[in-house]
Amino acid sequence: MYGKKVKFRALFIFLILISLVLTIFLVVKSLEENVVYFKSPTDIKNLNEIKNAQKIRVGGMVKKNSIKINDKEIFFVITDFKNELLVNFKGSVPNLFEEGKGVVAEGLLKDKSFLNADKILAKHDENYMPPEVSEAMKNN
Amino acid sequence: MINYFNPNNTLKIINRIQKFVFALFIIVLLLGLVEALVLSPEDYKQSDSVRIMYVHVPSAWISLGIFSFISILSFGVFVFKNKNFSLITKSLAPSGFVFSIIALVTGSIWGKPTWGTWWAWDARITSMLLLSIFYLLFITSWKITTDTGKAEKISSIIAIIGLINIPVIKFSVEWWNTLHQPASVKILEETTIHSSMLTPLAIMTAAFALFSLLIFLMKYNTELLKIKNKGLNRL
Repeated sequence: MYGKKVKFRALFIFLILISLVLTIFLVVKSLEENVVYFKSPTDIKNLNEIKNAQKIRVGGMVKKNSIKINDKEIFFVITDFKNELLVNFKGSVPNLFEEGKGVVAEGLLKDKSFLNADKILAKHDENYMPPEVSEAMKNN
Repeated sequence: MINYFNPNNTLKIINRIQKFVFALFIIVLLLGLVEALVLSPEDYKQSDSVRIMYVHVPSAWISLGIFSFISILSFGVFVFKNKNFSLITKSLAPSGFVFSIIALVTGSIWGKPTWGTWWAWDARITSMLLLSIFYLLFITSWKITTDTGKAEKISSIIAIIGLINIPVIKFSVEWWNTLHQPASVKILEETTIHSSMLTPLAIMTAAFALFSLLIFLMKYNTELLKIKNKGLNRL
């Protein structure tokens, strides 16, 4: 039906595509550590060793009633509902930083339960609604 | 089947529908902007900054859609040497590129007040940057050589390779931990955007799609005229 050249080109591009998908899959798989933007408190607990000089990002939910603010510092707990990590931070937090909401903290680990953060990012969820709707949902 | 796409006939049709598409685009855009900026409510968490979504999300969708389309047509260009498909992909690329840049820039502007950073090297944002680079490579492959056959070959290979990136962008927020939030509009599940915010999103998407169509028609028209001026009767 089709000429030899057409078949050859189809096969050629098919093989290129398959081999590239495989290569990229393997590369991404082996680089999983770097593709992942942040670790969860559970990942931190399962770490074999703590590199004191290396910055690390930890993400999860800000535990309810865990935010404590004194003169210069803010303390809060990041939780993934299995494990927890205490974080301290000096500076101003983003607008969407709130208890019960997502957060990513970047900084140095002191030990497996304490992070000295120098950067706080708020991670918001996929829900969008007007304030009235959110009020109504809260009342239910 | 290929005869339906015969450029000799399309030239006339394009001239006729260009003005119509332009008028429709203006109407839909005005409607979308009024919905997005005035009528739609503010978000319960992000208040007014949620309005960036009505530009950010449609541009991301359109740039992904155009690239997928270019990639699929590129199989026809590379394997079957379909000249018309290569003209279509060439004419589609600029608007797709512009929308991918718009998605990145608006995302950055949106990220500062909500996340607290302009840029993060998370999987979604990085793969989206890669899409822009693929667009750029595709467009430059037409500029670096005057040999059309060679340009067709290089550009179609770039587009086909870039196809791998599309599902990576789509599913990056599910496969890995990212700063970017997961998808709100899903095919199989209920969307998590309130209907009063979904309406402007849909209208803006339609407006951007019409704009891409308009730019495509203009570019395609130019490409066809270029060939006609070379004195060729058919492709």
